[in-house]
Amino acid sequence: MTKISEDTVDHISKLANIPISETEKKNLADGFNKALEVVDSLFKVDVSQTEPTHQVTGLENILREDKVDDKKTLTQDEALSNTKKKYNGYFMVDQILSDD
Amino acid sequence: MKLNELTLKKAIDLIDKKEISQKDVYLDIHEAIEKNNKKLNVYLSINKKAENEAKEQQSLPLRGLPVAVKDNFLTVGQPTTASSKILDGFMSPYESTVTKKLKELGGVILGKTNMDAWAHGSSTETSDYGPTLNPRNSKYLPGGSSGGSTAAIAADMAIAAIGSETAGSIRLPSAWCGGVGLKPTYGRVSRYGIVAMGSSLDSPGPITKTVEDAAIMLNYMAGKDENDSTTSFQEVPKYTKNLKQGVKNFKIGICYLDHPDIKKSPIANPLIEAGKIFEKLGAKVDMLKTSYKPESGKALTHEYAIPVYSVVMRGEVSSNLARYDGIRYGHSRDMFGDEAKRRIMLGTFTLSKGYADKYYIKAQQVRSLYIQNYKELFSNYDLLISSPSPGYALPLGASINDPLFGDLQDMLNEPSSLAGICGISVPMYRDLNTNLYLGLNIMGNYFQEEKILQAAWAYEQATSWNSWVVKR
Repeated sequence: MTKISEDTVDHISKLANIPISETEKKNLADGFNKALEVVDSLFKVDVSQTEPTHQVTGLENILREDKVDDKKTLTQDEALSNTKKKYNGYFMVDQILSDD
Repeated sequence: MKLNELTLKKAIDLIDKKEISQKDVYLDIHEAIEKNNKKLNVYLSINKKAENEAKEQQSLPLRGLPVAVKDNFLTVGQPTTASSKILDGFMSPYESTVTKKLKELGGVILGKTNMDAWAHGSSTETSDYGPTLNPRNSKYLPGGSSGGSTAAIAADMAIAAIGSETAGSIRLPSAWCGGVGLKPTYGRVSRYGIVAMGSSLDSPGPITKTVEDAAIMLNYMAGKDENDSTTSFQEVPKYTKNLKQGVKNFKIGICYLDHPDIKKSPIANPLIEAGKIFEKLGAKVDMLKTSYKPESGKALTHEYAIPVYSVVMRGEVSSNLARYDGIRYGHSRDMFGDEAKRRIMLGTFTLSKGYADKYYIKAQQVRSLYIQNYKELFSNYDLLISSPSPGYALPLGASINDPLFGDLQDMLNEPSSLAGICGISVPMYRDLNTNLYLGLNIMGNYFQEEKILQAAWAYEQATSWNSWVVKR
């Protein structure tokens, strides 16, 4: 059975971009381990001959033409209408690369 | 009788006969909201222009009548929060397909209703804007996640409502609030413009006072949408057309009644009674056996559905909620509540390198077993019945600090939701002491909404559990 350590919780927190505190870390690890115990009952069932589900109603390859439909796109103003930080019609984001 | 207590069907009829005016309906609705909204916390926002919009809609099929909309449907001109502080103040620049359709057909969005934050729950207690109370007994939870919409119906604070279900979120709160809720087949109703939870599971549907109202609403909600590639090409029947044909010669199977936990639960006797009622109405009813491995003619236990659902739903949640980056809209990710954090992180883990095969693929394989099981059962039965919840509404506070609360409450809905088949919940019993309800879950094969509505209507007419049918 897989056990989730506090280090793993740290790693997941980075992957998911969810900031967590030290106290949360322990609680989350405990909670995840409890949840995984429940999930482990999956291994009681024999599915060696079973395909995984991909789409429940059996639709396949629903495609559309690769054409822009102006009616379906937001205007620049609409796209920016809920952001807190914008500049000259752009979203403003924090710097992720350092200057040097 | 107050006009806010009217069913959708009756309201349309009376407006057409000019016996009532639309204005009078709104007067009584607003009075009910004024009286109860503060206490019950049903609406997060109210559309102040509703009455004016209604005047222009009078000639359209829904006659400008007020519809309550779960706060995860994007609506232009009205805020959408999905009951999360992350979306506090968010105004969508586009409209969900379902609300767009309803508006075009004369439905007026009266307000946006409370829900579990991000629809992660079965109580409507985990909303960042406080719990909704059950109008049937305010010491109890309404169920969730569409608890605001089911409470709006139970408290006659709307004429009809809509919600969405991933596994139980329409049917369970409908059962707990004593109303009608229909979860359509996956892909029957468009998911476009709904705050996504589990993209392979989410199904928007009607929440109404009667079965006939659900059929009317579904007529207007269902259909192919080019903005949701998972919607079906299958033709949409007119659900009101054959609604009253009855269940003569239907073959109906009752599920899970031999399961030890269900056998001693409050739903056991009412389910047996429901079976007898269907027999009286001319159906042939069998008690199905529950099995722990796939077996012909037996219902695969709902117990595996909890782990399958946990893995599939949490994986899809982690992917869907990645878009809330706080850059383009909404607030920063540290504002996610505990439940959303848990779901996103566990989902991230089970989809991460080295674990995706072990958990996600395995879960999707067991999911296939449920699909095969239903296909086999529906080759012999027209309908399967059970309950959307193993019991009555739970008291306020019950969901706090119980990480699996939602899954345990929803376990009876999870097998059918994972398979993507349709189901409807109708009132099945009322406890005289608490005034709380149990629901009957009538499930049908893929795209058999017409059949589940027929059975639900026949059952509703043959029993006295629906408070709006009794009033008529």
